[in-house]
Amino acid sequence: MAPAQHDYDDIPGTFVFDQERSRQGYGINMFCMSLMKDENRKAFKANEAEYLKKFNLTPEQTEAVLTRDYNRMLELGGNIYFTAKLGATDGHSFRHLAAEMTGSTQDDYANMMLAGGRSVEGNRSKSGKFANTAAKVAQAAKSAKAGRKPARKAAKAKARAKKSRSKRG
Amino acid sequence: MARIVAGVTSSHVPAIGAAIDNHQTEEPYWKRVFSGFEKSKEWMAKTKPDVCIVVYNDHASAFSVEIVPTFALGCAAEFPPADEGWGPRPVPVVKGHPQLAAHIAQSVILDEFDITVVNKMEVDHGLTVPMNLLFGSPKQWPCPVIPLAVNVVLYPPPTGHRCFMLGRAIRKAVESYPEDLRVVIFGTGGMSHQISGPRAGLINSKFDKAFLDNLTKDPKKLTRIPHLEYMREAGAEGIEMVMWLIMRGALDDKVEEVYRFYTVPASNTAVGHIILENRGRGSGFASRHKAPAKRKPAAGRLKRAAALAKAERIRG
Repeated sequence: MAPAQHDYDDIPGTFVFDQERSRQGYGINMFCMSLMKDENRKAFKANEAEYLKKFNLTPEQTEAVLTRDYNRMLELGGNIYFTAKLGATDGHSFRHLAAEMTGSTQDDYANMMLAGGRSVEGNRSKSGKFANTAAKVAQAAKSAKAGRKPARKAAKAKARAKKSRSKRG
Repeated sequence: MARIVAGVTSSHVPAIGAAIDNHQTEEPYWKRVFSGFEKSKEWMAKTKPDVCIVVYNDHASAFSVEIVPTFALGCAAEFPPADEGWGPRPVPVVKGHPQLAAHIAQSVILDEFDITVVNKMEVDHGLTVPMNLLFGSPKQWPCPVIPLAVNVVLYPPPTGHRCFMLGRAIRKAVESYPEDLRVVIFGTGGMSHQISGPRAGLINSKFDKAFLDNLTKDPKKLTRIPHLEYMREAGAEGIEMVMWLIMRGALDDKVEEVYRFYTVPASNTAVGHIILENRGRGSGFASRHKAPAKRKPAAGRLKRAAALAKAERIRG
């Protein structure tokens, strides 16, 4: 069975930690959670592959953890708040993880943040469906200003308002 | 009768906590962030709430993937700071307000919000960082705190509309509590940020500023933002902003924005902060401004309050 498709699959460079990933990645995340205890950190460091056996990971997941492939871990159901604990166990700062995941150097990543972060322009969708969101917003604002709100849109908004009113009641 | 007098929102970036704990607040990078909260600390010292309700999210500290409650209300007498891998933050233990928390739980569940009651819970940076930003670093926190942990880690979090309506229910619960208490509610997290995957580092100041504007003026509009839009426009972790709508739902429709601060970045995140005051009767801010007591208490509410008082007498 092919996995279900979701609207958020269209967001580039993003692995949404949803129910299906959570199901798949339970072992990865519980492994990461175990690293909150010092004795577990030591046991893991002493023999990583052996320690991982306790968590029923798939071969792909085990490989991703052993090679510290952070994006692959996310793809296979890991969640960043959990995988960050693995980074901390390795003595890495979060910036190190961010650089790994974004394929940049730590300095480049830090400088990008200082300069205002990664722009959303060009990073909205894989399909290009939302590439022109900004232009559309400007267009909508313009027509709203001129009082020419498209009739279909207005009717839709009205119906939506009505619906949410009845929901609240 | 208890009252919600104001709402505060603030990001809860862990690095802000680390900067406080490692005494780096005077470094230029951090000074830019902390200077934005100087006025807020003065405001908080003047406002002197009796209780704070802090809406926040846990980051794999108290809750792993074993149990994921959508809304978890802290009803315990105290909440120790969690060990997030570097030892617990050197901040005071958070004292709860079990009586008010129990009252809120009872009220909102009957209002159809099936929250999880939590009687044992450690709290992480999600709660303690905003406390530091608004209260500084005192030896003891100046008032009891009721934590409300919201799941925004495992998709899907509750919708913005659901959050807003929970805020409404919390307000109703607070207002039916017989003791005179002045309550401030915090919404924490946000603003735009993504810390996972190849798109990490995303910031969208345009989205954030519009969100802040509407938080004051038109929060209903914000309740219609779908999850997809938060994630696409404000980053995968930007979806935390739904928590701010719980805060907003607990306030009057019309509020006074008394302070706002926004800066990029703190670590990976756009920091947003706003203070909104209720100006209706009994808010405690009314005396400073003209705020005619327009809304008479509904007969039903009076009746309920009377019944509650009677019940208290009988029990007491």
